[in-house]
Amino acid sequence: MALLSKKSKEAFKDPLMASNPISLQVLGICSALAVTVQVQTAVVMTLAVIAVLAASNTTISLLRNKIPGKVRIIIQLSVIATLVIVIDQILKAYMYDMSRQLSVFIALIITNCIVMGRAEAFAMQNNPKDSFLDGVGNGLGYGGILISVAVFREFLGNGSVYGVQIVPETLYSYGYENMGLMVLAPGAFVILGLIVWLHRIFAGIEAE
Amino acid sequence: MNMEHYVSLFTKSVFIDNMILAYFLGMCSFLAISKKIDTSIGLGFAVVFVLTVTAPLNWIVHEYLLMDGALAWAGFPDADLSFLNYIIFIAVIATAVQLVEMALDKFSPALYNNLGIFLPLIAVNCSILGGSMFMVERKYNFSETIVYGFGSGVGFLLAIAAMAAIRHRLRYSNVPKELRGVGITMLLTGLLSMAFMAFSGIDL
Repeated sequence: MALLSKKSKEAFKDPLMASNPISLQVLGICSALAVTVQVQTAVVMTLAVIAVLAASNTTISLLRNKIPGKVRIIIQLSVIATLVIVIDQILKAYMYDMSRQLSVFIALIITNCIVMGRAEAFAMQNNPKDSFLDGVGNGLGYGGILISVAVFREFLGNGSVYGVQIVPETLYSYGYENMGLMVLAPGAFVILGLIVWLHRIFAGIEAE
Repeated sequence: MNMEHYVSLFTKSVFIDNMILAYFLGMCSFLAISKKIDTSIGLGFAVVFVLTVTAPLNWIVHEYLLMDGALAWAGFPDADLSFLNYIIFIAVIATAVQLVEMALDKFSPALYNNLGIFLPLIAVNCSILGGSMFMVERKYNFSETIVYGFGSGVGFLLAIAAMAAIRHRLRYSNVPKELRGVGITMLLTGLLSMAFMAFSGIDL
């Protein structure tokens, strides 16, 4: 017997490419872009989102038969907010500098549309195992885009990737300069726009 | 404090620290709603309204209930409940939105008809929670919070209205088909954001 059923595999694999939450469903961009100046912050943010998504999907799926339909949104919100507080406290305790850098954006995972969206669209109808995989898959799909944006921004803006200098000193002495624009807000928008474009060409999807 | 300080804070929150173009907050609704000018202006005003109400409300809650040492008046000078910020803020926002919706329905049906459908959407808009979080992080006082909430709302309104107008014009241009929708909107937002960066040198 296969370890995972076909449905579970799809729940995990789909969000990575075919229905990527950021580039195809356009969810969760709010908190995504601000943390992409450096790869390091993007990686931490991705891990935080994966943890919150997987845990919230599992919790809500376990509770799905007990949650009354009318108040489900507020229950989902409180589950998510609680999980985010836990993550935030862990970050503050073990990675204080990182939590200073991420500032309010960890808190904004609460209003990240992906988390609410998956809870409402997937976890309310499916069993805990599939919901867990769906959460991890969506988190990875989100993180994939986030980290690729961050790689471009850090490489073009600082000449480094994950804090490691890539562009050699000699190039600077020949007059190469970092692209200051990439570190600022417009760089994120432009890079994300181009990545969405590429992704849609490869996925063969035409929008609207 | 003098008037000048508030004017400067207002300009800063509208142009330099623009919610969308500098902090990427409220992008989801920005991308989804900016297809039509009327609706985007409606959403923009609803955001101005809700931000101006919820930021001061959350300030009061933070100052007198949650902050480190805030419970001194109740005899708990050592209590620090600030880790509850997120969950309380989101509850305050959801409640405030609900109350505003009911009050509008009762007292100003015309305004309710214009803003009505957007109000529930706004409860989970990142820029609203973001406004409250920034207010805490930057340690604004009460009147600064009011000005900041209103200013950030106006900034959101400006950005979304400008984007809706651009997208309206874009209907007649020949955009590559994979770039349509999110892709081109992102690139345009990038350009708009570059334009807004020109304000960043202004210091009143």
